[in-house]
Amino acid sequence: MLYRIAGQFKTSYQKDQALFPVQQDAWLLGIILLFAWLILPLTASEFVFQTLLIPVLIYALAATGLNILTGYAGQLSLGTGAFMGVGAYACYKMVTIFPDLNLFIAVLLSGTFSAMVGVAFGLPSLRIKGFYLAIATLAAQFFLIWLFEKWAWLYNYNASGAIQVPNLDVFGIAVAGPLATSMAQYYFILIVVTLITVLVINLTRGNQGRIWKATRDMDIAAELIGINLLKSKLMAFAVSSYIVGVAGAMFVFLWRGAAEPNLFDIELSFRVLFIAIIGGLGSILGNWLGAILIVALPVILNTVPGVVGLEIKSATVEHINVMIIGALIIFFLIVEPHGLARLWALIREKLLIWPFPH
Amino acid sequence: MNDMSPESYVTADGRTIGNVVMDMRDITLKFGGVTAIKDISFDIREGEIRAIIGPNGAGKSSMLNVISGFYTPQIGEIWYRGKKRPPMKPYQVARQGIARTFQNIALFEGMTVLDNVMTGRLTHMNASVISQALWWGKAQAEEIENREKVEKVIDFLEIQNIRKTPVGRLPYGLKKRVELARALAADPQILLLDEPMAGMNVEEKEDMSRFILDVNDEFGTTIVLIEHDMGVVMDLSDRVVVMDYGKKIGDGAPDDVRNNQAVIDAYLGVSH
Repeated sequence: MLYRIAGQFKTSYQKDQALFPVQQDAWLLGIILLFAWLILPLTASEFVFQTLLIPVLIYALAATGLNILTGYAGQLSLGTGAFMGVGAYACYKMVTIFPDLNLFIAVLLSGTFSAMVGVAFGLPSLRIKGFYLAIATLAAQFFLIWLFEKWAWLYNYNASGAIQVPNLDVFGIAVAGPLATSMAQYYFILIVVTLITVLVINLTRGNQGRIWKATRDMDIAAELIGINLLKSKLMAFAVSSYIVGVAGAMFVFLWRGAAEPNLFDIELSFRVLFIAIIGGLGSILGNWLGAILIVALPVILNTVPGVVGLEIKSATVEHINVMIIGALIIFFLIVEPHGLARLWALIREKLLIWPFPH
Repeated sequence: MNDMSPESYVTADGRTIGNVVMDMRDITLKFGGVTAIKDISFDIREGEIRAIIGPNGAGKSSMLNVISGFYTPQIGEIWYRGKKRPPMKPYQVARQGIARTFQNIALFEGMTVLDNVMTGRLTHMNASVISQALWWGKAQAEEIENREKVEKVIDFLEIQNIRKTPVGRLPYGLKKRVELARALAADPQILLLDEPMAGMNVEEKEDMSRFILDVNDEFGTTIVLIEHDMGVVMDLSDRVVVMDYGKKIGDGAPDDVRNNQAVIDAYLGVSH
């Protein structure tokens, strides 16, 4: 009923190709943006910022990056964590070499370094596919972590071998380091994430998006209709790694505050991959649904039993969390490979014609 | 010897057949020890419907793959528009204006019909990635301009009602039509059809035949097709190449080919 599209006529191709051909979608997004930009940050506590809002934004961005490569262009990657690390270390080197550099610029530039590394490790993708490519990206994962540990120049020869985020401010407001408030960090991340998400939505619904999807669905046919596969795949690696690198820089600079090489371990790669799979490969919305689920699940498991009077040890909560996520991944891989985003798409399709069955 | 003359001529039904647009010269293609195509030469003239027929395993599809650049012949030359074609990647051949359909449908299952047909236009789109990400300027203009072209093809092939349906949900016959739409959207100079009627019922075959004739008639597109249904081939094509065991055993107008003893032997079978 609320989703009725009767009376919304498209009189030009431009209108038909608009971001929201259905008006209600635009309204829905407007409400979500209102929450994201005003209501949530103004009402959230420190705990909510640090355990829910900020991680959701960062993980959703990292998953968006991975989704371009795996969901749109069909190239499986297990190196996401390491590429996030490249972004973080690049950002660290930039702000220590140029202390006056605006953090926005530093964060956005740090993605270019991970993009270059991503393209280098993406080169084998023309020859190898599927699981074999995943193994090749796994090599990137282990090699880069090793590099973060052994190349002391990267962490400015610290005795601890870790990078520590200095106090940094943007336009007079502290955003990184111990002095920064959660709200300032949240808005910083939100601006970057909103910007990149808009650009990615445009990229994936236009010609480049079709080129990637064609590469994913049938590479031989794609090449015979005029797609340069190497260019298409390397473009996917570049854009994907760029976004993942930006997410990695913000992961350390605006959330964790410090990082050791093992923070970017394969576990992080898997977490981002799970978000993309559970949320939905080949969808932008899915990254958000997946990130919300993965980030919120342990928080809910920690707080809800206490509220209803159940006493569960935190170690048990951790076990339950891992079990639920594992079960969800198996469930989605078997029942709905396109994840939560497809579930929403099916519900929306039904709502559009409700109360009629067809 | 009418077909060998370089001048253009007008067919009985009033279509103009132009000069030679593509000339295959002494093509030999080997896979290891197997010779798929043995020393074959034939030409394709502008605006004609050229059929390649032959029994199973004769090398017809290999021939089509040679034309579209998927296979590179060991011996032989391909002359396109008066120039010898250097060794090329398939995507470069596609950008020269050669589009094709596939024996086993090769659509992009995860995309809608509209998006699939839009991929046919990508050789005509070159807005930068930045412009596309901003959805501004050239990218947006291109998107609309090419949508108009695509909608014409969608109208032409009568698939308006399914344009926003994911391709995976369509029945076989419609998928074949969407594949033709994708190839047509590229505005090809030469359209290669690999068994466009395989697995279709009589009605679907009639539809497809009508579309092929209309494409040739309205847009003047040169068509090279492989087909097993002899009735269809003889009715549609202007000239026919007959292949058997990788060799050319006949070439000419449908009636000449039908009465060629080597062709009859190949189809009815004689001891080799």
